[in-house]
Amino acid sequence: MANLLSIADLPRDDIESILDLTDHFAEVNRRPIPKVPALRGRTVVSLFYEDSTRTRLSFETAAKRLGADTMTFTVGSSSVKKGESLRDTIQTIDAFGVHAFVVRHKSSGVPHQVTRWTDAAVVNAGDGWHEHPTQALLDTYTIRERFGALDGRHIAIVGDINHSRVARSDVAAFTALGARVTLVGPPTFLPPSLVGWPVDVSFDLDEVIESLDVCYLLRIQQERIDEALIPSLREYTAGYGLTTRRAARLREDALIMHPGPMNRGVEIAPEVADEPRSVITQQVANGVAVRMAVLFRLLGSESQLESMEQR
Amino acid sequence: MSDPVEFVIRGGRIVDTDGERSGDVVVSDGRIVAVGPDLRADRVLDAGGCVVAPGFVDLHTHLRQPGKEEAETIETGSRAAALGGFTCVVAMPNTTPAIDSAAVVREVQHLAATALCEVVVSGAITVGRAGEALSPMAEMAQLGVRIFTDDGTGVQDDRLMRRAFEYASGLGVTLAQHCEVTSLSEGTCMHEGEWSARLGLPGQPSEAEELMVMRDIALARLTGGRIHFQHLSSAGSVAMVAAAKAGGLAVTAEATPHHFTLTDAACAGYDPVFKVHPPLRSSGDRDAVREGLRDGTIDAIATDHAPHPIHEKERPFDEAPPGMLGLEYALALAITELNLDVADLVALLSSRPAAIAGVGARHGGPIVEGAPANLVVFDPDATWTIDASGGASRSSNVPYVGRTVRGRVRHTVAGGEAVVIDGNAQR
Repeated sequence: MANLLSIADLPRDDIESILDLTDHFAEVNRRPIPKVPALRGRTVVSLFYEDSTRTRLSFETAAKRLGADTMTFTVGSSSVKKGESLRDTIQTIDAFGVHAFVVRHKSSGVPHQVTRWTDAAVVNAGDGWHEHPTQALLDTYTIRERFGALDGRHIAIVGDINHSRVARSDVAAFTALGARVTLVGPPTFLPPSLVGWPVDVSFDLDEVIESLDVCYLLRIQQERIDEALIPSLREYTAGYGLTTRRAARLREDALIMHPGPMNRGVEIAPEVADEPRSVITQQVANGVAVRMAVLFRLLGSESQLESMEQR
Repeated sequence: MSDPVEFVIRGGRIVDTDGERSGDVVVSDGRIVAVGPDLRADRVLDAGGCVVAPGFVDLHTHLRQPGKEEAETIETGSRAAALGGFTCVVAMPNTTPAIDSAAVVREVQHLAATALCEVVVSGAITVGRAGEALSPMAEMAQLGVRIFTDDGTGVQDDRLMRRAFEYASGLGVTLAQHCEVTSLSEGTCMHEGEWSARLGLPGQPSEAEELMVMRDIALARLTGGRIHFQHLSSAGSVAMVAAAKAGGLAVTAEATPHHFTLTDAACAGYDPVFKVHPPLRSSGDRDAVREGLRDGTIDAIATDHAPHPIHEKERPFDEAPPGMLGLEYALALAITELNLDVADLVALLSSRPAAIAGVGARHGGPIVEGAPANLVVFDPDATWTIDASGGASRSSNVPYVGRTVRGRVRHTVAGGEAVVIDGNAQR
């Protein structure tokens, strides 16, 4: 694996091997000093063209725990404001001698474009509506941690699927690992075509809720109302929010998930976010271990992994 | 522009609206002075194994001058045109400033005086192409402008478009429309469908084009006016144009090499070189465009040659400007992709667009003694591989790199001057 651009590129074996590797790093993270020298001498650059606190900090924490050097490039304080092109920025940073770019951009496809201008590994940290591969890996890891495997599990992804990079990556990851996925939302939130998407669709959350092993809620953005995709947040919550009443119909052992940041009271009731079936903070915790596994898979060597286990 | 030296195009197969025959063609002082067997002149252009046809006419060229000279100039664009076998191109008015007044028409005509082919200037339908007020079409028509378009965008306002139809009929000029309803296309960067859904890119449905085709057919019926549809990209549009023609309306249409060659699947790698308006659509749409060209529903192949500098095409897909080069690839793609008789190919590239552009007296006519010498000599069997250089264009946004194609221009004679000899531009 030279880059991590999308989950759709990854066969089941690759996804599972990253998840297996994540187990090792989750163990590292439980140590008193959660740090290994697996990527010492390597430099990882976070290139964030779009605000993101949690993903950026999660990647930086992951890189540091592996002993890598990190650089952060945020648009607000950079030459991009002076009109520097994407290509010039990449080639400038590349000239420092870096080993990986972690790229977040509001435009779909930018991580793909970045690979044309550098030989360093490129990790997609979220591009437009396209994909957010490490989010899907941490989601998959979180579900696997609880259920052992995804095979045969029924997962609903509820919300604005079309505008969601999380949804695209999750669909690819969940279905690759054998889960049954149902997309739930008003028709205006579904992609314009589902050709090639191995999913079911429902416009009625109440119809599917009792059969779910996982209820995965997406963040609803105010701007979707301005685009006339839904009449109001109130109407959305009434139809598709995980309210306390709906949560009561969810199975006892089901999981409630959300990629964050949550709109409490919109897609998820505040009480539901905090109840025991909610694994939302566990997702965040697993994010660091998953990103350690991804960076290690791209930049590390297997012999280092063996020496790490022997300790 | 005429070459004082007499020359003969020898050994070719002449194909024009009169049919096919073998024969030599002697050119002198801007005109064809003899057509027949075994003709001689001081200079010989070998046409062995080649087709000799009336020069091609491109109804849709972006020469970018004035205003965007880093992308193309009339000089470089007309050189690319000549290399592609075009002896006449219609320059689109979406320049900076827009060609929406006699003053700008005169400026472009002046710049075009030394071009390697004839450059016909088109004018904007609305002032500044802003879609709000009619441009002074009469003063532009007096300078010879025969085609009016807001290309790059369509005229959105129904009432204004109705008035444009009516006003244009009084001048005997033709309106050409870039059909795109912006309320359905704003913020989009590719065709809406399977690929846009997968790639997470905002798409525009075919209906964004079709609604305007539908409206303009209705307005053509209402006003009795003439409309030319630019770069048709969808199966629905082709069907509506066929029905309008069957109903006797004064409707014509063009299609581009990229719409009959490529599909939206080409966007899969997020390379903005494949971004264009209207967008590359589904394989069903591409097939309908091909069929429309074969059955005569679509009258002309037009390139929509749209140069952009490399750095503009290296921006993120949704931010990069739309458009791709076409002048030097149109002939080869048409031969390779369309499976047409040579006579039909020549009609699509020459006589029919010449009639639509109003240049039929100089271009596209039969190759006979006394006719203006606007000619192309091409080898329909020459095989070559398209490279990334962009040819003579100042830009290199070529979506066909690595594609092996058949058919290549050997010589181009524009206004009696051999501007391309053996595939090389002479100036």
